[in-house]
Amino acid sequence: MFYTITLYVSLVIFCIGLLYKISNWFRYKIGQDAKNISVSTRIGAAIKGILSTFFSVKVFTLIKVFVLDVLLQARLLRKDFVRWLAHICIFGGFMLLLLMHALETHISSALFSDYYSTLNPFMFLRDFFGLMVFFGLALVIYRRFFSRAPRPATSGMDYYAIIILAVIMVCGVLLEGTKIVSHSKYEEMVEEYAVLDEEEETPLESYWVDKFGVVSPDVKGPFDKDTLKEGKELHEMSCAECHSRPQWAFLGYGVATVSKPIALSLDRARIHTLLWYVHFLACFIGLAYLPFSKFFHIFATPATYLLNAVMEREKSDPANLATKQAIELDACIHCGDCTARCSVAVAFKQIPNPNILPSEKLVALRALASGKVLPEEQLRVIQEGSYICTDCHRCTDVCPSGINLEDLWFSMREHLAKLGYPKPEVWARQGMGANFDLTKLKEQTLSLTPVDRKFLGGLGASAQASTFSVCFGCENCTNVCPVVGNYENPQEVLGLVPHQIMHALALGRRDLTFGSRMLWDCVTCYICQEYCPQGVSVTDVFYELKNLSFTHLKEKA
Amino acid sequence: MEFALFLGCTTPSRLKQYEYSSRAVLGELGVTLVDIDEFKCCGYPLRNIDFKAFVLSSARNLALAKKEDLKLMALCKCGYGTLKMASHLIKENSSLREEINEILAKEGLEYQGDVEILHFLTVLHKEVGLEAIKDKITRPYENLKVATHYGCHALRPSQVTEFDDPVAPTLFDELVSITGAKSIEWPMKLECCGGPLSGVNDELSFAFTDKKLLDAKKASADYLTTGCPFCQIQFDTFQDQTGHGRGTNHHVPAILYSQLLGLCLGLDKETLGFDSKRTDIAKIESFLSP
Repeated sequence: MFYTITLYVSLVIFCIGLLYKISNWFRYKIGQDAKNISVSTRIGAAIKGILSTFFSVKVFTLIKVFVLDVLLQARLLRKDFVRWLAHICIFGGFMLLLLMHALETHISSALFSDYYSTLNPFMFLRDFFGLMVFFGLALVIYRRFFSRAPRPATSGMDYYAIIILAVIMVCGVLLEGTKIVSHSKYEEMVEEYAVLDEEEETPLESYWVDKFGVVSPDVKGPFDKDTLKEGKELHEMSCAECHSRPQWAFLGYGVATVSKPIALSLDRARIHTLLWYVHFLACFIGLAYLPFSKFFHIFATPATYLLNAVMEREKSDPANLATKQAIELDACIHCGDCTARCSVAVAFKQIPNPNILPSEKLVALRALASGKVLPEEQLRVIQEGSYICTDCHRCTDVCPSGINLEDLWFSMREHLAKLGYPKPEVWARQGMGANFDLTKLKEQTLSLTPVDRKFLGGLGASAQASTFSVCFGCENCTNVCPVVGNYENPQEVLGLVPHQIMHALALGRRDLTFGSRMLWDCVTCYICQEYCPQGVSVTDVFYELKNLSFTHLKEKA
Repeated sequence: MEFALFLGCTTPSRLKQYEYSSRAVLGELGVTLVDIDEFKCCGYPLRNIDFKAFVLSSARNLALAKKEDLKLMALCKCGYGTLKMASHLIKENSSLREEINEILAKEGLEYQGDVEILHFLTVLHKEVGLEAIKDKITRPYENLKVATHYGCHALRPSQVTEFDDPVAPTLFDELVSITGAKSIEWPMKLECCGGPLSGVNDELSFAFTDKKLLDAKKASADYLTTGCPFCQIQFDTFQDQTGHGRGTNHHVPAILYSQLLGLCLGLDKETLGFDSKRTDIAKIESFLSP
């Protein structure tokens, strides 16, 4: 009763969770195109897309991808054999256990008329599949906690995934082992299936103690031949039809052998009942929580493989592309391959913003896509991180889940721009211009002694930046500057021009330098620097001023 | 002759033909390229944002080349200029050097400013040599006028980049001349393509491109040649979008020097990665001598 209730409760939670997650695929919006497409349009487009793909030659591509990438996980195999082995052992072993053992009444019994979980080959196979999962789990634990390969921090979700699997598996094997030795279980079975006279009880029990590992409080070995012979006959009459020797269940038998000395007390405590509860409850928790956990990738990752095999950014329906991107967010299992391969990840050592790293950027993107209103401070950090990216495509090439990360970053930037967080350079040019309005300074008298020494001190990252002090105002830099030369009235557009910025620096005027669009419109062609007779590193000074602007804006935010 | 090939980010992701053609050309000329898988961003995109992050990114790549004891060859001018700048800074500034090496040490790397950094064009000009290339040319161009686009970040600041004379460079022109093409003189030869402002101020960015192309057209160039993915992409993008809404009509297709040279070395268009859609670039074949 309790079993049935918990089973249905967890099934209901699982189904609601699944529906909720799938509804997110149609509700989450990333980027410009997705903004204006309604949920119903997306669902309609998805159905149309699926149907038209199934009835086209593309269906062969789908079959190929399904077999190679989904079932055999060829993509992972190409990357790393050990990882593939760990994954295929867990995936394969667990799936087979699910089909053969957990769903035995529906699948195994239906397929094999002679199916009994305690008969070979099924008894052996169950433990063999279990061993596969254990082996895979051991590899996972070793790789995550003991090998030195770089990977992102282990999150709560990673712990959960390992623990729930381990609990299910360990309890399962312990349950099997304690049932082998259990005398009460033996008695139950005899009562139900054997018709015995009183004098036949001892021989059968002796035989089972001797050959099947039961630990009995009444009979103990060594047994004489005749008793065993009689026991064997009784066994063949009543039990052999459903029972192979327990040695075949090698994992459980191992547990049975080890636990023999304490088997009687374990049996009295009905430990196997307890283990049974833990085993199925852990399974049901795993089932109910699956849509919300890392395990959801068993739906989202294959979907990503299949979709990316038949979809293209230029050709596919924008409604379906939006949906695909939402699915991709769920396909990430946070393995950190993208971050390990990322071109700019090294910048993280200097700029401690996790959003630089693709594996973490995706976490932020998930929050953005859900439509959650994020605080301004967080948006600024995400903005900074999402633009420290060279579009080198390596994250996409390396992703074992087949996520088109580059397209996601592209959409993410569109999304941020729409929220008022464009490319940092664009944002700084607008932001700084508004902060330091040069037109307001016209009436002021400027002091000839530096007013902001702290600001001047900030220009010290490279020796180059301090060269502004030797500027003698020949205006060569300004005269050769192609940006200045592009405008009829450069100061109207640019604010201060290069030589004036050098002056403003000498005066320690943060407002004058930062308020000049010249800084952001500099093409960094280095002509000014090349032509300076005094050796002022004009372009390099500009670079450092831009760095300082960002620091200033960050501090202000 | 052996070099660590620094591809950077943009060439492999957006201009693969530059990689294909450079590999093919250098292979033909007996240069061995070593790929260092761990090479990452040169630091150029970080320069606006954070000085130390830029130096660190550069230094890490240089340290990797140092570890293999190889000279480094960059394909892009921005990558070349950035690596040269970082190497210069590390050599000159001891406190910066220490700070950067402290971070590099965590990966077992070290950099003291002592890797020789070259650009694809410098390798051809200085290491392979004009005569050696000339010997390999089987089908020189005839009646072809080419405008050379030097690219800012290789040329300047010249004290740091040491590419060529910043006022009157000849390296690229000489490389064009040996192909049989005529390297024309044009006033805006050494100016910026506008690329660095792309995405920041597109209007100004394309104003530069527009002016340059007009100038090349006026100097009656048939083609413009580049040695940098950023410049090439800037010209390509502009011309693809027919003057980017400016309605200008001074079409001068840009071609990568590796492709220009490759054709007269007898390499075919497929090996050199010619884009089948850009028929204007491929038409250069008609200038090859029979």
